[in-house]
Amino acid sequence: MSTMVPDQRGRFGKYGGKYVPETAMYALEELENSLNEAMADEQFLANYHDELKKYSGRPTPITHAENLSKRLGGAQIYLKREDLNHTGAHKLNNAIGQALLAVRMGKEKIVAETGAGQHGVAAATVAARFGLECKVFMGEEDIRRQELNVFRMKLLGAEVVPVSSGSKTLKDATNEAIRYWVANVEDTFYLIGSVVGPHPYPKMVRDFQRVIGDESREQMEDLPNKVIACVGGGSNAMGMFYPFLQDDVQLVGVEAAGKGIHTGEHAATLSEGRLGVIHGSITYLLQNETGQIQEPHSISAGLDYPGIGPEHAYLSETGRVTYTGITDMEALEALKVLSKEEGIIPAIESAHALSEAIKQAPDMGVDETILVCLSGRGDKDVHTIMEHLGGEVDE
Amino acid sequence: MNKRFEQHVDGRSDLFIPFVVAGDPTEEATIKLALMLQEEGANAIELGIPYSDPLADGPVIQRASIRALEHGMSLEKAMNIVPKMRERGLEIPIIVFTYYNLLLQLGEERFFALVRENDIDGLLVPDLPFEESEEWRKSCKMNGIALISLVAPTTSDKRLTEIANEATGFLYCVSSLGVTGTRTDFHSSVFEFVDRVKAQSPIPVAVGFGISAPEQVAKLKEYCDGVIVGSAIVRQIEAQVDGLTNEETQVEAINQIRSYIRDLISPYEKLKINT
Repeated sequence: MSTMVPDQRGRFGKYGGKYVPETAMYALEELENSLNEAMADEQFLANYHDELKKYSGRPTPITHAENLSKRLGGAQIYLKREDLNHTGAHKLNNAIGQALLAVRMGKEKIVAETGAGQHGVAAATVAARFGLECKVFMGEEDIRRQELNVFRMKLLGAEVVPVSSGSKTLKDATNEAIRYWVANVEDTFYLIGSVVGPHPYPKMVRDFQRVIGDESREQMEDLPNKVIACVGGGSNAMGMFYPFLQDDVQLVGVEAAGKGIHTGEHAATLSEGRLGVIHGSITYLLQNETGQIQEPHSISAGLDYPGIGPEHAYLSETGRVTYTGITDMEALEALKVLSKEEGIIPAIESAHALSEAIKQAPDMGVDETILVCLSGRGDKDVHTIMEHLGGEVDE
Repeated sequence: MNKRFEQHVDGRSDLFIPFVVAGDPTEEATIKLALMLQEEGANAIELGIPYSDPLADGPVIQRASIRALEHGMSLEKAMNIVPKMRERGLEIPIIVFTYYNLLLQLGEERFFALVRENDIDGLLVPDLPFEESEEWRKSCKMNGIALISLVAPTTSDKRLTEIANEATGFLYCVSSLGVTGTRTDFHSSVFEFVDRVKAQSPIPVAVGFGISAPEQVAKLKEYCDGVIVGSAIVRQIEAQVDGLTNEETQVEAINQIRSYIRDLISPYEKLKINT
């Protein structure tokens, strides 16, 4: 298993690359050169880690879910608490890194795409922190569904740009952000939210998220037997898995199986998608027979993406990471269990990873361990949860 | 090299290359539009394949794509329209303009089988940059069709040379950095850019993105070998959607678009040459 991916052309095996219009090539070259310089600059890295510590509150702790583990009677479950990161999720790690890079490159404006609004909030947050102008592209449909995050972004001083093209959701917001960036590359930096997009984005976002896995390795007394994380585009999972790739640790990525794979309403890209190009990268994606990109479904907006980061496609192919699916209902159940057992309301995204841990723990020994990436907190989801539970919380 | 390109494109400096979306609003309308464009002096036609996520295109072509997709248009179906155009007298080259994902799903083998069956002359893949296109360049060459390359104002001299050396058909100069769509004016540096490309290119150089007025065509005429017009025509088609869909009003709708085209490319004095 080599970690020397991506190669010079931004390839993770056959995945990744730069499938973008000629007009975007210069912007990507400029970004790649600046990124390479920055990552070799100790001062830049020191600034990044300093911001993570003093602004974002890192390192985030690891919590032993003792009650839950006892109840399941198998492996000990540990939670990497990205929910305690500033703005409530892992998203800020990457946003801080990219914003510092934008400043280093002399860009005055950032643009970002957002689905549910979590990455949009992270982008708006770092824009405020580092004195950048911020435009967030968001599908009209999502703006309607995520009123609160729209307000948050505005409060943080960002402009939310409604996207009415295509299906008016995350994939279209991403298209629009790329279009805007390419036309305004002179003064604008595109702050992408996941390990997706053309090279060097998947690599850059992984490298700004690997702090999750790096900290975890230090914090765990012994290496865990398994590490489980949820995967939409896949940034929390990539950040968590990457530092463990060389270790004797089982890695499990959990996709959103939505209403069930057989219903066709899901976001299980790796199991149900086909190889293709989305947002400038070759990877698996949900599409119809002729190649039109299809809308995914998941109860969690953060997993509701028709593609998946190219490095995940690669790790699936090599077999280093196993990918499974958890349904909306299973995730909701896990969310309820963790809330009651440990006093932690996880994001519905993270509840997918947790649900997989709950499935696997009973088959493992009590001296074995599972580390779950609790990628975000559930406050943002309370409304959705209420709708699904009908306002009633029963056993 | 492709026979139709030799006859209609090579060595010319008054190229008019229109773009239409296949199946916008219907297959029959696309055929009639192609024939009309040829009558008005088009040297080649870019046949746009509708896609759900057209990254290089502005709102006008996005809307046209949605109209065409609503009727189930696909890459294969679009390629199958071409023989019908030929039967009715179309002689100029047809360039299939498709995003890479559609091509990948159809598969290279199937695509070239359709190219041969349907007598296609060229391919343009807006999201397949030079670095990723080597294999496709080879197979296009083997199959005798042009693979149209794009260059942008931000393309470095080094890449420009590489791209120009391998380019076939004509070299597509993108006039500005945004997406397709009409613009009222060009940045003054565009002309320097086009000069730079002309100096490097062994084949005709045509400029596209944002061309919608005869004044622009007149100005560009001094600098390059032709113009590519997409959104401006698609916008005309959009305005005539109802007329184009209805058999009784189709001729009138086509003629409305015809008069726009005639005015737009009047600086080339094509009709004087043709008649």
